Amino acid sequence: MEMSSSLTATTRRLPGDPGVWIFVGADMLMFGLFFSSFVVGRSKNLDLYNLSQQALNFNYGGINTLILLTSSWFVVLAVHAAKMNRVKLIPHLLAAAALCGLAFCSLKVVEYTEKFNHGISMLTNDFFMYYFILTGIHFLHVIAGTVLLFVLWKKARAGAYGSHRYIGLESGATYWHMVDLLWIILFPLLYLMR
Amino acid sequence: MALWLSPATFVWMVLMIATCASTWWLKSGASTSMLATAAILVIAAVKVRLVITHFMELKDAPIKWRLFFEAWVVIFPGIVLAGFWLARA
Repeated sequence: MEMSSSLTATTRRLPGDPGVWIFVGADMLMFGLFFSSFVVGRSKNLDLYNLSQQALNFNYGGINTLILLTSSWFVVLAVHAAKMNRVKLIPHLLAAAALCGLAFCSLKVVEYTEKFNHGISMLTNDFFMYYFILTGIHFLHVIAGTVLLFVLWKKARAGAYGSHRYIGLESGATYWHMVDLLWIILFPLLYLMR
Repeated sequence: MALWLSPATFVWMVLMIATCASTWWLKSGASTSMLATAAILVIAAVKVRLVITHFMELKDAPIKWRLFFEAWVVIFPGIVLAGFWLARA
């Protein structure tokens, strides 16, 4: 009994670098405040928010959710591959994850362009101010994460990761999962809920 | 053992199905708006928790780290749900 409890105590570990977790926690708190602020703004102008929401195409948001979830899954498998020392698989999985990041960015550009072509901008009203600022800050996170995945891919090709070297890979994975997680709330908040 | 035969793959499939249900099924149920909205948000919170526990591997992390992120999943979706409830037309 005592042995098993000491065993679980030693096997509990935080993946990657603790510094990344502090950054991720702070970033999530910031987005939590953004969500709260949006809800307060919405309660003061319900009709405007509900009407403006109808101008959004939820298909883009839904497809982008599927893309980020799949990207996260590839990253999980890349970390597993490193731990199992399946070194050759790691770059392939990271490349797939990075391409998903690029796909998200492309769809986002299409979506923004469509909005601008319809004369919708950040200055249209409060709803669209939130829409462009929140999705815009998230978009910057996706761009940074996609660049990061390409860097990890390059390092993995050079054999940087394996069963004894995966802390850097785990740190990148933690950041990328956060980007996925934030979109999981942001998408229904802006596009679906009414 | 094949790499993809892991619990993470099962979690990914659940996340994909839940996303499709929220986006292309619950969204169309406009008649029961507040109920559909609450369901969409609860599903999103459950999805976030799955990402935290299984993808970010916090289920095996020291308890204080896990608690912080589990608290986030309750607090902020809770604020959002309360805000939508209070402002319902």
